[in-house]
Amino acid sequence: MGSSLKIVGGEVYDPANGINGAVKEIYVQDGKIVEACREPSGVIDATNLVVMPGGVDIHTHIASSAVNAARGFRPEDHRHGLIAKKPGIRSGVGFTVPSTFATGYLYTKMGYTTVMEAANAPIGVRHTHEELIDTPILDKGLYILMGNNEFILKYLKAGEMEKVKRYVAWLIRSLKGYGIKLVNPGGVEQWKYGKDVEGLDDKVYYFDVTPRQILKALAWTNESLGLPHPIHLHANRLGIPNNYLTTLETMHALEGFRLHMAHIQFHSYGGENWGGFCSKAAEVAEYINTHPHITTDIGQVVFGDATTITADGPWQYRLYKLSKNKWYNQDVEVETGCGIVPYVYREKNYVNAIQWAIGLELFLLIQDPWRVSLSTDHPNGGAFIFYPWVIKLLMDKEFRSEMLKRVHKRVLSDTTLPNLDREYTLSEIAIITRAGPARALGLTRKGHLGVGADADITIYLKDSDREQMFEHPIYVLKDGVVVLREGELVGSRDGKLLFVVPPDVGEMDPEFKTEFENFYTIEYENFPIDAEDIPNREAIPAGASR
Amino acid sequence: MAEGVAVKEAKELTVVKGVTCPFCGVTCDDLEVHVVDGKIKDVKNACVLGKDTFMHHLEGWATPRIKGKPATIDECIEAAAEILAKAKYPLIYGLDSTELNAQRKAIELAELIGANIDHTSSVCHAPSLQAVQTVGISSCTVGEVKNRADLIIFWGCNPAEAHPRHPSRYSVTAKGLFTPKGKKDRMVINVDVRPTPTTRMADAFIQVKPNSDYEVFSALELNRFTKFQCAPMRGHGNVVGMAQVLTWQTGYPFAVNMSRGYPRFNPGEYSVADLLAHREVDAALIVAGDAIGNFPAKMAEHLQSIPLIAIDPKESGTTKVATVVIPTAQAGIAAGGMAYRMDHIPLVMKKVVDSPYPSDREVLERILAKVSSMKNGGNGAPSPASKGRG
Repeated sequence: MGSSLKIVGGEVYDPANGINGAVKEIYVQDGKIVEACREPSGVIDATNLVVMPGGVDIHTHIASSAVNAARGFRPEDHRHGLIAKKPGIRSGVGFTVPSTFATGYLYTKMGYTTVMEAANAPIGVRHTHEELIDTPILDKGLYILMGNNEFILKYLKAGEMEKVKRYVAWLIRSLKGYGIKLVNPGGVEQWKYGKDVEGLDDKVYYFDVTPRQILKALAWTNESLGLPHPIHLHANRLGIPNNYLTTLETMHALEGFRLHMAHIQFHSYGGENWGGFCSKAAEVAEYINTHPHITTDIGQVVFGDATTITADGPWQYRLYKLSKNKWYNQDVEVETGCGIVPYVYREKNYVNAIQWAIGLELFLLIQDPWRVSLSTDHPNGGAFIFYPWVIKLLMDKEFRSEMLKRVHKRVLSDTTLPNLDREYTLSEIAIITRAGPARALGLTRKGHLGVGADADITIYLKDSDREQMFEHPIYVLKDGVVVLREGELVGSRDGKLLFVVPPDVGEMDPEFKTEFENFYTIEYENFPIDAEDIPNREAIPAGASR
Repeated sequence: MAEGVAVKEAKELTVVKGVTCPFCGVTCDDLEVHVVDGKIKDVKNACVLGKDTFMHHLEGWATPRIKGKPATIDECIEAAAEILAKAKYPLIYGLDSTELNAQRKAIELAELIGANIDHTSSVCHAPSLQAVQTVGISSCTVGEVKNRADLIIFWGCNPAEAHPRHPSRYSVTAKGLFTPKGKKDRMVINVDVRPTPTTRMADAFIQVKPNSDYEVFSALELNRFTKFQCAPMRGHGNVVGMAQVLTWQTGYPFAVNMSRGYPRFNPGEYSVADLLAHREVDAALIVAGDAIGNFPAKMAEHLQSIPLIAIDPKESGTTKVATVVIPTAQAGIAAGGMAYRMDHIPLVMKKVVDSPYPSDREVLERILAKVSSMKNGGNGAPSPASKGRG
């Protein structure tokens, strides 16, 4: 296939450009969508097929020191889904913590072409880049963990907001990151003493600042740097009964700022204790419906094996105690922590069944699909390869009813799911799996098929079984090149790193080098990552300060 | 990567700062290497082991040869590729004293020829890795130790001799956020079967009977009492990096078999000791490690009975008996790349001087291309899925 082609006869779903199933020709030249090309060197006949932009995952854990620790300590996970080498295709292992090559192939096979790695300790970012280099086909970005960073806590304690801003810009610029991630702000620092924070106004030991202060400071910094994506927040109290109160309080505290609430399913729980565990999805959805500053991804639970991997050390310890499974913990100097616990979600376990239902309630109750992204918080709620199953649940009320008969009966009494009749349309699916996440990320060339967009295109066979349809695309094009045909990978290629270039807000103070070396264990000069070390990359400029 | 740092201006002193030491898992990155006329004249900040590594890197260089006869690098690469392309059940082993991209290439080669790939973890920290796979671990980066730890227990290790700068950089005299007085803010306990030089820096020494560690450990449910972390004192060179890249590419940290075209893991079957003791492998490639010099006689014996390729900067027990010897530029001194510290933190290794020999990565890349072309009738160019920075 040459450098230009056209796709003819396909039913196009391109919600960002208001196209909702119209039959339309798509022209591709040199990896981009163009108005037209006179003599395309290839033609794809998409008659009776559905054409969408390549999928965009706003929140997944596919490459990091933490993910690799999970791979290394879960050999039992890898025996599902082996991938054998073929010419041009590397071997690997699949499932909840797939190897890097496998990750690229498995996302591609599902029609996804852009993914965001959601949690990276700064000192481990160099490692993440190495893994991402080995994650083929996909374009990738990474968020940098900052919610428990001791430099930020120290600057906040001293009330030095400009220093926070310069430091955040320095981190993103030095590490080639995409955005600001917070995980249990304040709580992970507390975990370094075996503790957590109970709420937004708890003080963090020694630094004497509160989660509320950290949240507001980083949200303000994000806006003043004009970063393309809002702060990406794993809120306090994840996974704990009655955490919806903290969730509502957090969203309220950040009114006036853009905010992405990650895996909100894990933050929408009621009940005074595990015995009283129930859904508060309606309350959370109602808040989001009335507050347009918020975007979210769901963190849908899928039944079966999962690997929980978060920077939320105290939560992972709790889950270890609850599940009695093996536990991996790694506290990271100056920056954050990390915990890993394997987990199995069971249909007949009432907590797991209610978690599953809460995710679906949130999908169905939040009215504006542009502000909801599909995620399983891979692999925390389950593996990303089950996205097509989630799509079927959203598009097919009958299928949901069948599932409701199988899962623990408390879902019927403790959630609103049985009463929800909404079925997602194809266009709405195109929004929550591509157009919406791309918009929330500020990726103007992703998630749509308008002129100038990257020619990342997925073509599906229409099937009333939506799981089948979305699990087995007929074609996937990456940068205008066919990488999957008739459901088979036909060749690999390198994807690129998408990284944000923050505005110049001034250099770090001269004494910063000394402070850095006092508390870290590496040389200041050895911390930044040379762009040349990342062979395929694209800089995304930050916008105007807001 | 930070290549091309070497400076050849006549007699002019060049000081390369922030150099990462390739010797052990402490992975100090604050060395200053003084280079005059392309030769290393001095090394500051390093321990005796690190300093020796740099100062004597020219001593004992291996020479290229086939069956004991001098040969060119090109001929050696051709001969190595022929051996590997013909092998039915080969072994690739070693890989600790080299850099990440060479390790990447070794894994790709293993995949191509359906080899067993294993590294020195297999005969060292394999039990720790398997313990982590069984029950997990509560650990931290060394900076957490520096900043916070007020109680240090060196258990069955001897950093005073094996990791000389661990105590001053991270664990005993190191001053951090909550340990501003260094040693005075810490209690140091040494547990071992015998006193060692590490015992001298400890406030208390507890002598346990050999093989009684398990019983003693089991008695201590430390995390119920307060926040306790545990960290293996990983040793040789970039052994942690090899476990890291093998894990992200195959899912498993060591003892990986590629004979079915996908990775399988079974210590006791695909681990180097067993493959050699059972006389299963029919050819071996040893990269940056001395298998013959370190293995029991029975294993070494089998290695000597099969076609054996050694890629190494220096002569060793292995190069002495190898069928093909390919000398290389030493990673971290004459070749750049990346190495991992014992706590999984990656650091860039700089190239501080030139070498007449190619890097491990380059040699492996060329072998890979040759084998690929022999197997597929291709043109010998790297395969499209070939990763890394060429």
